Amino acid sequence: MTQPVLSVRNLEVEFVTRRATLRAINGVSFEIAKGEVLGVVGESGAGKSVTGLAVIGLIDPPGRICSGEIELSGTRIDHLPPEEIRRVRGKRIGMIFQDPLTSLNPLYRIGDQIIETIRTHTNLSESAARRRAIDLLAEVGIPAPEKRIDGYPHEFSGGMRQRVVIALAICAEPELIIADEPTTALDVSVQAQIIALIKRLGRDHGTAVMLVTHDMGVIAETCDRVAVMYSGRIAEIGPVQEVVRNPLHPYAKGLMGAIPTLAGEDKRLVQIPGAMPRLSAIPPGCPFNPRCAFVFDRCRVERPEPIRQGDQSVACHLFEPAKETAA
Amino acid sequence: MSDAVVPHRSEGHQAPAGWFRRALDSDIFYSFRRSRLTMVAAAITLLFFLLAIFASWLAVQNPFDPAQLQLINSRIAPLWTADGQSPFLLGTDEQGRDVLSAILYGLRISLAVGIAGVVFAGALGIALGLVAGYFGGVVDSVIMRIADVQLTFPAILIALLVNGVAKSLLGNRLDEMSTLGVLVIAIGLSFWVQYARTVRGSVMVEKNKDYVAAAQLIGLPAPKIMFRHVLPNTMGPILVIATINLALAIITEATLSFLGAGMPDTMPSLGTLIRIGNNYLFAGEWWIVAFPGIALAGLILSINLLGDWLRDALNPKLR
Amino acid sequence: MLAFTLRRFLQAIGVMLAVGVIAFAMFRFAGDPVNQIVSIDTSAAQRAEIRHSLGLDDPVLVQFGRYFINALQFKFGVSYQFRLPVSSLLAERMPATLELAIVATIFAMVAGILMGVYSALRRDTILARLFQAVSLIGISLPTFLIGILLIYLFAVTLGWLPSFGRGEVVKLGWWSTGLLTVSGWKAIIMPAITLGLFQMTLIMRLVRAEMLEVLRTDYIRFARARGLTTRAIHFGHALKNTLVPVITVAGLQFGSVIAFSIITETVFQWPGMGLLFVQAVQNVDIPIMAAYLLMVSLIFVTINLVVDILYTVVDPRLRSTVGRAA
Repeated sequence: MTQPVLSVRNLEVEFVTRRATLRAINGVSFEIAKGEVLGVVGESGAGKSVTGLAVIGLIDPPGRICSGEIELSGTRIDHLPPEEIRRVRGKRIGMIFQDPLTSLNPLYRIGDQIIETIRTHTNLSESAARRRAIDLLAEVGIPAPEKRIDGYPHEFSGGMRQRVVIALAICAEPELIIADEPTTALDVSVQAQIIALIKRLGRDHGTAVMLVTHDMGVIAETCDRVAVMYSGRIAEIGPVQEVVRNPLHPYAKGLMGAIPTLAGEDKRLVQIPGAMPRLSAIPPGCPFNPRCAFVFDRCRVERPEPIRQGDQSVACHLFEPAKETAA
Repeated sequence: MSDAVVPHRSEGHQAPAGWFRRALDSDIFYSFRRSRLTMVAAAITLLFFLLAIFASWLAVQNPFDPAQLQLINSRIAPLWTADGQSPFLLGTDEQGRDVLSAILYGLRISLAVGIAGVVFAGALGIALGLVAGYFGGVVDSVIMRIADVQLTFPAILIALLVNGVAKSLLGNRLDEMSTLGVLVIAIGLSFWVQYARTVRGSVMVEKNKDYVAAAQLIGLPAPKIMFRHVLPNTMGPILVIATINLALAIITEATLSFLGAGMPDTMPSLGTLIRIGNNYLFAGEWWIVAFPGIALAGLILSINLLGDWLRDALNPKLR
Repeated sequence: MLAFTLRRFLQAIGVMLAVGVIAFAMFRFAGDPVNQIVSIDTSAAQRAEIRHSLGLDDPVLVQFGRYFINALQFKFGVSYQFRLPVSSLLAERMPATLELAIVATIFAMVAGILMGVYSALRRDTILARLFQAVSLIGISLPTFLIGILLIYLFAVTLGWLPSFGRGEVVKLGWWSTGLLTVSGWKAIIMPAITLGLFQMTLIMRLVRAEMLEVLRTDYIRFARARGLTTRAIHFGHALKNTLVPVITVAGLQFGSVIAFSIITETVFQWPGMGLLFVQAVQNVDIPIMAAYLLMVSLIFVTINLVVDILYTVVDPRLRSTVGRAA
């Protein structure tokens, strides 16, 4: 098996506040291979974005990574000195944020922002960087890039700005792109274009993509594998086909039931009762237990660890490791 | 395997405590206790108020009463220097006035003018803000346009102009007490804008809410609605503005008096004392100006600290 | 853009008209213009005659029109104290005030921005806390106390700097400058610091607050995610976005600096317009007060206008969506 581009093991992130220490990420492990798109889904507050920020080293105080390992192509990048992790950001990992309207500095021409990024990470001259910036803008589908390069962000529409943001994220040919809800702030008609663009770029350059979203439709369409997060943990992870067609974790089942399909119009949409617990009030045992339809005693005291089930991995007491059942 | 940390299921379901317990547990009180500087500032402010209130009991003489002043006692250095004389702890000025007594009485004048000025400014501003916000339209735009224009001019300039005009109109009829009144009006006219803007803003928000419409429907008169329902909602910000403005009002009064456009020498405020003392700085009699200056600076600094803390505590976003 | 400028211009004229009415009311009703001409022993009949010859029994509107036309030609009447035209008194003293205000503003901007940026970026260092403390004192201490303190330290005790006046001045046409002589520079140091300290504090606090605000924005987070150097993020992106409101405030404050120079000029006996104004208030010299009000308003309104227009130049967003600048 080839080395994964990104490997996260037992990641834990906590936020120290006045009243308590809140654990936002609690033992998350996953890998992304070259050219693979991993979707990360979950409700808001499940820890999707924090996971992305932890990978790129942008967890700011009072938050901190308190344990676990993050490896990028075999080298550890958590706890790098600030100057070294900075060199990783933008060069080896590109990041796309949710809101393109606020991601670009309004006082700088978009060209200057791209050129600045290129020249930070390469030795290109000003004019070479400018040519590269024009190429990049063309690649992400900005019409008349040689003209638009001198525009200010406010002169671009939301979708076009997100394309610029993507151009900025890929300008140093990163190994990994983290896209944090890249389409949430956009019009529905533009969303599909942006998703297609990210997918195409990942394929063309062999880039690994971590796509954070709460939109199951996007996941089903775009991703190779999907991780379902709940309350700072991965409830289930596996190939997107399996997880969508045959979700194992009760929460994932509920989540998949919540996707409207054209075919099953007679079927009622399933709702998961209740809401995800606040970080300050995560119940002991399995965090999903107060909402779970299949809850039993063990769920309330013991935290379930991920268990392999075929290509999937699920953290639920309903499933037993194959060997243990034999014994 | 299992979670070591077992947090409480919910913090919100505890038995309701009394308001006092809640006040002690509140963010405001927390930030108050956390900031030792604020507690010191509060103590100093309180001390200044007490000194001002009990000035006539604490002072060794009434510095406003010429009969109690003796020229033999003029320009005595503070007690701890070689030339010091009892009972003049902080020395005396050129008229034989005890500096400490003058400060105590001056503090009283400064605080009185400052508080009265803030109250006047607040009353004017709140009234105009209520009217502007409630009636809207032309009334609103006239009031707010005046506010806009006035806000671009520094308060001290407006206060000086009001003072000059009053002097010109009243001429020689201006005695100590009416000067005090003029100062209060000058300060009030200089500082009303912020109150008016704050109140107007919240009236605009509140007036479209259902309960106001309901109150109108059952025939409550407009002023009653405004005082009963709208005003209490703006009390927090108004308190902050008033605290910060108290410091500004005291500075303005002191500045006017320092410039010779405020309290006269016969009934000096801290600013007047500093103006008088400034003339003796070159003669080496530093205490005549230094102690009133320290008193004024300490007073303003502690009120400002309180105001800063209050603003931050009521507005957690700014922290 | 043009419509925006025009609207601002009309607003400015409106403000000037309103101030003009106030100045006229002061001039006409608070002070008696007849006093400008007569002495105390002039009889009532003579006063009435002068009143008539000055047109003071004309309708008020006619009088206002006359005052207004005169004011447009910088004719503000005659000072009660000096028996000289107010305009020439003001013109004589304007250079002193403007030089003081400009030097004070430059001092306030440079020191304020440096201190503000430092205390935003190194929030918990001792120096940053010291700056915060200085800023609180700068806001709390009345200007005149700072002036007195400086005089006591550097003039009385150390004897390094003069305690009053402008030092030697050089005439450049009608403008007299103190900035070409050593004694002029020595004389301006303390007044400029005294006058600029409050603005410095304001700018420092504003820069710090704005910078902290900007550092929290998405585009700064994105800039970090792009791996830009801390230096580029702080002094390129963050500072540029911080400076837009700061320049506006500093510009708008220039008018206040001129008005606040009233106090500083009194403390240091600086021969400018502010000192003239304070003497006018003390001596109830209404023509000077009215004229000073008009002059300062004109400066204020002009600055506001210029800043508004400059704002659109600095911030590209406003060039197309004009009218949002408030």
